[in-house]
Amino acid sequence: MATVAAVIASTHHPFYYRASTSVGADRPPFADEWVAKIEAFRATLTRAEPDVLLMVGSDHFHQLWLDNMPQFLVGKAPFFDANWHNEEREFGLPRMRLAGDESLAAHILRSGLDAGFDLAFSNELRIDHSVTCPIITLRPQADLPIVPVYTNIFAPPMPQPSRFVALGRALRAMVEAWPSDKRVAIVGTGHLSLELGGPRQFGPHGPDPEFDRKAVAWIANGDVEGSLAEVTLDSLHAPGNATHGFMDFMLMMGAAGDGVKADYVDSLDLFHTMEAYFTWYPSGGSVR
Amino acid sequence: MSKYLLDKFLYTVDRDPVLVEQYRTEPAHLVDWWEREMACVLLNCHTAEKTTWLSFTPEERRALVKRDHVALFELGAHPFLTLTLFIAMFERDHGPLEYQIAYARAMDHLHLPYPDIAT
Repeated sequence: MATVAAVIASTHHPFYYRASTSVGADRPPFADEWVAKIEAFRATLTRAEPDVLLMVGSDHFHQLWLDNMPQFLVGKAPFFDANWHNEEREFGLPRMRLAGDESLAAHILRSGLDAGFDLAFSNELRIDHSVTCPIITLRPQADLPIVPVYTNIFAPPMPQPSRFVALGRALRAMVEAWPSDKRVAIVGTGHLSLELGGPRQFGPHGPDPEFDRKAVAWIANGDVEGSLAEVTLDSLHAPGNATHGFMDFMLMMGAAGDGVKADYVDSLDLFHTMEAYFTWYPSGGSVR
Repeated sequence: MSKYLLDKFLYTVDRDPVLVEQYRTEPAHLVDWWEREMACVLLNCHTAEKTTWLSFTPEERRALVKRDHVALFELGAHPFLTLTLFIAMFERDHGPLEYQIAYARAMDHLHLPYPDIAT
């Protein structure tokens, strides 16, 4: 059976690419520290020696739209083109093309449906920065096949937080039951407190540093129960109007396992939002 | 009231560089054209399969023509869509992050709970 080589959860900050590649007067003062943290975080994936990346993210109204909105969707295709015009325009993100692993995608779809998750699928999916940001930060050579899993953290009504956790647990089990000798890293990105298009956006730090502190502790300690006791679809409005992206972190906590502390934890307080990086090495996924 | 149609306007204009420039330079014309020609296009379907019932309220039309991001927020338009399109139109006239911060300051009088964005 396949090995879960690593479980990695991260914020996805679309400004990283431009900040890290800019030079001279264009280079922001926080860029060097940010790059150093990302390079250390990248090493946690590299040492897991993955063959395939199962990547959890969320389409930002690019291909998925309100006339036909899935809650959870798996991309099954030999290739995924990536990044969109408005991401080039606003963030300077490059166009990319990633290979897909159709065998793992088919396995996730079949076993997910059989486990009670009515997963939607796409055979022609152009992915966005929720998936390409962690490629840029964690695997910039973009040489591994992926299976993207999109979640709806954007357009109400959304699934309950408990459902994200349950899907994370199920994805972990599905990978472990995949008849393959491959090493799979499960990589997912979400948000801590975040406001977009409201009065608390683009402040000197994230809109709710207290929530961020609590959230980092929940994730670092694998405190699924603690997070589920406090986080609801309604409560997530309070830390910032885009904080429902935290549910993707909750999904990743489900994938990492209840009560399992992260092996690597780091964060960076930036303007607008806090960055946070977590890596787990499951017992079956010891480094070769 | 049609939050969905407001969102559809923001979404379809944002993804088309020509429409973004038209909305920047001729908002009244663009909004009028869009409502006549685009509002009832069922995306990803043959153009003959038009929707028959979508239109803006006068208040929604006015907010779009005035490019009033605060009014759009109050009407329940999806804030991510509004922000992304408005950055595309107006960030170029400002220094780094200046537009985004001014955008927020114009909304300082708004408090939780924010208007419902469910469609």
